[in-house]
Amino acid sequence: MNNKVLLELNNISQAYGDLRVVNHLTLRLDRGQIGCLLGPSGCGKTTVLRLIAGFERLTAGEIKLNGVEVATPAFSLPTEKRRIGMVFQDYALFPHLNVFENTAFGLHQLAKAERAQRAMEMLEVVGLADAAKKYPHELSGGQQQRVAVARALAPSPDLLLLDEPFSNLDSDLRERLSQEIREVLKSQNATAILVTHDQHEAFAMADEIGVMHEGVIQQWDTAYNLYHQPNSRFVADFVGKGVLIDGKVTEPSRVMTDLGGMACDLPSGVKVGEAVDILLRPDDIIHDDASELQAAVVHKAFQGADILYTLKLDTGRQVLSLVPSHHNHKLGEKIGIRLEIDHVIAFGKP
Amino acid sequence: MGVSRMLRDPWSLAALFFATLVLVPVLVVMSSFLHPVQEVWQHLFEHVLVDLLWNTLWLVLGVGSGTLLLGVSLGWLTAVYDFPGRRILSWALLLPMAIPAYVFAFVFIGLFDFTGPVQGCLREVFGSSTWFPRIRSTGGVILVMSLALYPYVYLLARNAFATQGKRALEAAQSLGHSRFSGFFSVALPMARPWIAGGLMLVLMETLADFGTVSVFNYDTFTTAIYKTWFGMFSLDAASQLASLLVIIVFALLVLEQLSRSRMRYTQAGRHQENNRIALAGWAAWGASLYALLVLAIAFVMPLIQLVLWAYGVFGQDFDSRYFGFLHHTLLLAGIAAVLTAVGALLLAYAARRNPQGMTRHLVRVATIGYALPGTVLAVGIFVAVAWLDRNLLQLLQPLVAIEAGMLLQGSVVIMLVGYVVRFMAVGYNPVDSAMQRMPPSLDDVSRTLGVSQLTMLRRVHAPILRGGIVTAAILVFVDVMKEMPITLMTRPFGWDTLAVRIFEMTSEGEWERAALPAVTLVLAGLVPIIFLSRHGNQNE
Repeated sequence: MNNKVLLELNNISQAYGDLRVVNHLTLRLDRGQIGCLLGPSGCGKTTVLRLIAGFERLTAGEIKLNGVEVATPAFSLPTEKRRIGMVFQDYALFPHLNVFENTAFGLHQLAKAERAQRAMEMLEVVGLADAAKKYPHELSGGQQQRVAVARALAPSPDLLLLDEPFSNLDSDLRERLSQEIREVLKSQNATAILVTHDQHEAFAMADEIGVMHEGVIQQWDTAYNLYHQPNSRFVADFVGKGVLIDGKVTEPSRVMTDLGGMACDLPSGVKVGEAVDILLRPDDIIHDDASELQAAVVHKAFQGADILYTLKLDTGRQVLSLVPSHHNHKLGEKIGIRLEIDHVIAFGKP
Repeated sequence: MGVSRMLRDPWSLAALFFATLVLVPVLVVMSSFLHPVQEVWQHLFEHVLVDLLWNTLWLVLGVGSGTLLLGVSLGWLTAVYDFPGRRILSWALLLPMAIPAYVFAFVFIGLFDFTGPVQGCLREVFGSSTWFPRIRSTGGVILVMSLALYPYVYLLARNAFATQGKRALEAAQSLGHSRFSGFFSVALPMARPWIAGGLMLVLMETLADFGTVSVFNYDTFTTAIYKTWFGMFSLDAASQLASLLVIIVFALLVLEQLSRSRMRYTQAGRHQENNRIALAGWAAWGASLYALLVLAIAFVMPLIQLVLWAYGVFGQDFDSRYFGFLHHTLLLAGIAAVLTAVGALLLAYAARRNPQGMTRHLVRVATIGYALPGTVLAVGIFVAVAWLDRNLLQLLQPLVAIEAGMLLQGSVVIMLVGYVVRFMAVGYNPVDSAMQRMPPSLDDVSRTLGVSQLTMLRRVHAPILRGGIVTAAILVFVDVMKEMPITLMTRPFGWDTLAVRIFEMTSEGEWERAALPAVTLVLAGLVPIIFLSRHGNQNE
């Protein structure tokens, strides 16, 4: 048994009637890591979370926590015995209990003094010790969220599950809180799985991210790799912005495009002479007045430090380019651009 | 959810049970057309039915307009404007709810009838030929019922105006409307679903009313049902009359559902107290005077008269018989309150566990009894139990030593079933809103915190639901205390309650002797209003 691995999902499936929500999904999470399931709504990510929690039954596969089997199609360890904590989308704070009592709710096996000490300790960690006597309805959304985290962490669960924890907060608070919660989790050396549809949240919180689509994890990787080395069209499209342009394989590891030739690892099965799609991120295309390659501004989105330009090449093809915002060009104006790619990603034509 | 799965879910079965309790009396009454009693029906049709329909129509139109006029105007004034005494009046204008309409009716007649103190006083001053409008008339019933029932419209209209009225008015003014035209073009249409909801409650109470129209000798379906049953001893003809009333009520119910479906809860706005339009000068005093006048006529005056009468007969009436009435009233109300609260809890759990499908419909049916007039329920349940009595117990007779008729005679079962059906909605609403504070994620989170199901019931469900259950029990308790037709028509011998006593005394014109039980009922009726206003204040 590998002592490092905390959570193992082996080939798990779940279906409602004919509808396969989770489809032979496999995942491993190490102790102390924060994992994330990222995907559009309906991709099955919340169901995976609920399977780990034990709210739903598996139809195939097995789930192991600490190397111990907790769920198979035939057996399911009750949720309350799995030593997991969970933070819900609606926080699910007990309306009849104050902040302190909410936090202490799961500490019923401790003696009274210890319970109070541990609850206050957790409230300190999330910065809400002053609000201990308040009731949930007296708190702001962000404060309620922090209480939910404190309550879930108080019994020192082996694994913390967070279900779209920031979706009810406004975007400014969401970003700040996701970093804050990450620090709290790291300070407690907690292992956690987050579920979200928001990639910024995923990037801010998680060590490793699995992009989910139609009940399977398309790619389990770091944020950097998901962005720069997506393994599928879906991941390329779902994570970050970008366009796919036509390319033609000219040599075993070289592709020709409207923007010139470039070196590239080809997807397996693609031969010389065949057509491929090349992924171009906005940061792959650099604004350079000296460049001979020119493109016309079709659309611009001011983003503060940068401007995201949509540019039209002479061939009619459109690409995106992220340019520092002091380079302010008018619509229709032609500007010089240049490619700067570390690693070119190509997909075979569908 | 499939039917077979539903039958295995105990909560759904409970919903099915309570829905059946509602449906059986309705079906029994409606099926009476299958075997009409020719001669009685002929008599009714020729001499009574047309009058009944006209009387009902006038009553519905009159009380509807009266309560709208009073309720909307008072609601608008107290929600949007500020004037002397507004704070207290805004709450006090609900007080007439504490006086059952039939109590208000006999006090009103006692005060203003020919032999009453008001007319006597006028004759003293202006001579014996002084003209005074006839009190026991269509106008009189309409006036009394409008004054007794306007709080339903007032409450809903006020809340609607308070959350959206001021802002709507400002929007209208910014678009060039005067305040006056802004009210009619924006504020009133916006509040229409709520006002319609209040109006529907009023009209259902009007159609169901038995006590008030009896006092006025104003024949409607409810009194006709009573007279046909207990005067002509024709339960079948009474059922047929009841079925007509059911049809009218159902038409109204359809309208209500339509108006409800358009009700969208806006953000329950926290209306700021200082955000009102301050009235000045004659407008301010006019508003105060108007509200005060309604309050005086609909609450203060009848209460004073009742207390005076009760004081006069106290020595004579405050005896063991009074305690007998009180004892029966409290006992019936207590049992009905517990049964209804338990039923409401089962229904609310059924709705929570099965948010869609058949069970949801069953819960809706089970809570629609508030629309069924007590007279209809009395007839329907009586007939159904009588049938059970005849058929079922005859079958059982060889096995158990009970005689046919035992279930009916000396049994309070019919009354209790009637109460539970009629007041289930009253009990269900507070329990259900407590249940709404408990989303399913609360159960999930309890389990992730290592708590077993039983502990969760104790530590989470019980404390959250407790308030709603207690409120439900209290509201039902008070409603059953005031209930008249079911009690009157189905009580076993010797089970007279305060309401029955009031009916008997008023049908002999002995207003004073009805006063002591009436005061008791009014005091009980104040309890839910205090609840209501406390709840209202929490929202503010």
